[in-house]
This record gives sequence, structure tokens and C-alpha cells, in this order.
Amino acid sequence: MPTTDRARGRLAALLAPPLLWLVLAYLGSLAVLLLSAFWTTDPFTSDVVRSFTTDNFREILGTPVYRTVALRTLGIAVTVTLLDAALALPVAFFMARVATGRLRRALVVAVLTPLWAGYLVKAYAWRVMLGEHGIVNAALEPFGLRGPGYGVSAVVIVLAYLWLPYMILPVYAALERLPARQLEASADLGAGTLRTLGSVVAPAVRPALLAGSVFTFSLSLGDYLTVQIVGGRTQLLGNVIASQVTLDLPLAAALSAVPVALIVCYLAAVRRAGALDSL
Amino acid sequence: MHLSRTARVVLGCITAAGLTLVHLPLLLVVLNSVNADRSFAWPPTALTGAWWHRALHSAGARDALWTSVRAGLGATVIALVLGSLAAFAVHRHRFFGRRTVSFLIVLPIALPGIVTGIALNAAFRTVLEPLGIGFGLFTVVVGHATFCVVIVFNNVAARLRRIAPSQAEASADLGARPWQTLRYVTFPALRPAFFAGALLAFALSFDEVVVTTFTAGAGTRTLPLWIYENLARPHQAPVVDVVATLLIALSVLPVYAAQRLSADPAGGRL
Repeated sequence: MPTTDRARGRLAALLAPPLLWLVLAYLGSLAVLLLSAFWTTDPFTSDVVRSFTTDNFREILGTPVYRTVALRTLGIAVTVTLLDAALALPVAFFMARVATGRLRRALVVAVLTPLWAGYLVKAYAWRVMLGEHGIVNAALEPFGLRGPGYGVSAVVIVLAYLWLPYMILPVYAALERLPARQLEASADLGAGTLRTLGSVVAPAVRPALLAGSVFTFSLSLGDYLTVQIVGGRTQLLGNVIASQVTLDLPLAAALSAVPVALIVCYLAAVRRAGALDSL
Repeated sequence: MHLSRTARVVLGCITAAGLTLVHLPLLLVVLNSVNADRSFAWPPTALTGAWWHRALHSAGARDALWTSVRAGLGATVIALVLGSLAAFAVHRHRFFGRRTVSFLIVLPIALPGIVTGIALNAAFRTVLEPLGIGFGLFTVVVGHATFCVVIVFNNVAARLRRIAPSQAEASADLGARPWQTLRYVTFPALRPAFFAGALLAFALSFDEVVVTTFTAGAGTRTLPLWIYENLARPHQAPVVDVVATLLIALSVLPVYAAQRLSADPAGGRL
């Protein structure tokens, strides 16, 4: 398309409203937050004092607890993402490449319905299931086993549960779009099932997996309600920030920089792989 | 590629087991909505219809539902306009910073809700309150619209990529003006994407808790906020299960509609 004045005018008219909204409402707010990370709090009144200091960042870097919490959160986010990928691949493959017609449509509905059931309701349902007298313990009792109880494992299970549809859907869409001709051609050229999976299916699925992982990774990294509900006394970045918001907003703002930095790095890496286009 | 019978059966079993596990907590919610024992110990001992009676007469739940619907509709309309404009811009034009635009659009949903929440809260307090605009439905809609734009953008952009350019060219060859092509060729082809995007954006807004907590103010209670307040109370938790059961039952409608009307195999893109 030639970059005539008219085209340029049209582009400006198309881009201006969304960009203005995102830059003003969103980046503006983030800038306000980042700025307040350099402020401090009056220890007696909890009021924000607007004087420039890097104390908050120094406190975060110098306190080992924050490093432990950050690493724990990162570990949980990575585990949840890997778990969801491992679960989503066979399910999406079955939906797209084995099931047909009615069964396929029913499976899509079965994957989508939980998305509408309410995040909190599902998290609390897990709290009930994982409780002392819950169904998990009741089901494992005959085998002499016990459920994980409330803690880090419970957080991983529930987060993986909550974000699973976000991983299945893009992978399913990618597999469904894969033309049967390509698979046949691969077989005609003498490739076995494994070779076809590695050389034809995997490259098609990779961007979708990365796109799904943006959701599972960043939603897990920032979560603070699930950990409150099933985490026992587990501390994650999200609930450390939440607990500081009313006490010490500048410190909470400085702590927010940690997940923001992690996610921006992750997004940049994923974007390089071209996955944001197939989100 | 030939999948052996064993491979198909194994895949089918994994899918069946996985989806059963996915629906088990939902079944439990449905069951607890008629469970007479408030501690929900397993197995349940007696059933009751009392929670259903209480839930259907709960003014709090009804008000919260109405607030959520209005917030969702407001956010969806804004997201539809902004997301579609951005999708057209990125698809039709090549310009400097084009990939930064898609990055910027994804950011609000990728960054933790709590960061978005406290950022918007701080900004609203410094900018809107001096103007006399307090926290309420308006601030909730602004917050939700910000992270819903990406959903509409993804759906419309994906559809635009798949519409053959030859259609618009044929329309121009037949003498249509650009706006006529837009009205009679491009828009009808995009309708499923608008629909899927709007539906998913509404769903996202309808279920959002964290950003809502920080943007709602004292008087505004969306359904998730009502659920959050009531789930922790022992005598209200079963009532919440009733509301959740109703939502699960009703969700089949939009999910089914999305599949029927959308061109996308999964009924839309997140």
C-alpha cells in the first residue's frame, strides 16, 4: 500500500482512539505507579510522602525473603505452564485430529463451559475438595494416601486447573487448521508417525503453545486470590503486593516492578518467536 | 500420518479423564447447592432446597448480577470499537512501531491483575477525583475495557488475515466505493469475529475480580465481588453455589451460540 497522505490520514484515524486509550488509561496509570515506587511512606500515618528515594528497591533487593518469594512464584508459574502444556497437547490433539462431528463440538463446549463458571467459585470448590474431610482425602483413603492439603502443591494444582482452557483452545485451533494434505504428504514421503509429529505437527503447534503459555504464565505469576484460598500460609508475589497496598503503597509499587519486569521479558521473548500474532 | 488404534484409544482416555477432572469441581458446586450440610464434608448426608429459595430471593445477588451485566456491556462496547480499529490499522497498514502496537494491546491482560488494579486505582485517585468523578461503575468499565481490547483485537485481526484480498478487489472492480466494500463485503465477513470477540470480552469482564476490587469503590458491587464477600461466610456459601450453578447452566447458551455463529473452530480466540 502506498504511503500517500490519504493512507496516512486513515491510519492515524484508525490508530488514534485505541492508542490514546491504552497510552492514557493504561501506560499513564503504570507510569503513576512506577513513579510512586520512588516515594516513601510516613511510618506513623501511612500517608505517601512524595520525596524521591530508591529505598524501596534497595529494601526489596536486600531482603532475602523477597527473593525467596519471587523465586517461588516464578517456579509455580513455570510448573503450571508446563503442566498445562502437557495436559493440553493430547486433549487438543484428540479433539482436532481424532474426534469428528458431534463429539468434537461437544468437547469444545466441555472445554469452554468452565470458563464461565466463575474463577472464585472454582477456587473455593477446590478448597472444599482439598479440605480435611473433602472428596480428595475421601477418595485416596482406601489406598492409604492423603491429598496434598493446603500449600504450594494445592496452588499449582488449582492454577493449572483454572488456566487449562486458555492452553487447550489455541493449541486446538492450531491443530484444527493444519491441512490434512500436509500430514498425508508427510506420510507419502515416507515419514512415520513420530517423524510427522516432529517435523509437521510440532512447528504448527509451537506458536500456539507459546500463545497459551502467555496466559498460563502471566496469570499464575500475578495471582493472589488462589493462594489465599488454597495456599495455606504460602506467600507469593501477588499476595505480598496485596498485603502492602494499604500499608505502604510505594513499597507495593516497587514490588509490582518484579512481576512486570518478568512478564515484559517473557512477552518480548515470545513475540520474537512470532507467537503474539497467533494469540 | 496414521494413528494406530492404540494411540487413538490412549488419546481418547486422556481426554476423557482430563475433561472429567475439569468438570468434577463444577459438579461438586452443583451438588453443594442442595447439600444440607454447610461444611460440605464428603459424602453429603442430606439434601435441601433451602439455598435455592434463599438465592432466588437474594436482592444482593440480583443487584450484583445487574451491575455485572452493565459493566460487561459497557466494557464490551468500548473494546469492540477500540479493538476493531486497532486490528484494521495493524492489518491494513505497514508502519513504524506496528509490532509495538500489538505488544501494547496484549500488555493489560498479560500483566498481573493486581498491578493493573493498583495502577488504575492510583491514577484514578490523582486524575479523576479532582475532577469530581468518584469510583463507581464508570471506573470499573474503564478498567475492564482496557484488558478486553485485546480479545476483540485478536478475533478481528485473525479474521482479517483470513479474508482473501481478492474479495475486496473484486468489489472495487465491480465499481464499489471503498465504504461500500467495507459495508457490503468486509463487515459481513467480519461479523463472526465481532460476535466471538464481544462474547469472550463480556465473559472476561463478567468474571473479573482483582482489577474490579481496586476500581469499584464502596457502592459498586459486581457479581464476582458479591461472591467474594459471601463465599467466606458459612451460612452464605451454599447460596453462592446456587448462583454459580445457575451461571454454569446458563453458560451453555453463549458457548453454543459462539460455536454456531463463529467461523473459528473453537468459537473464538482468547
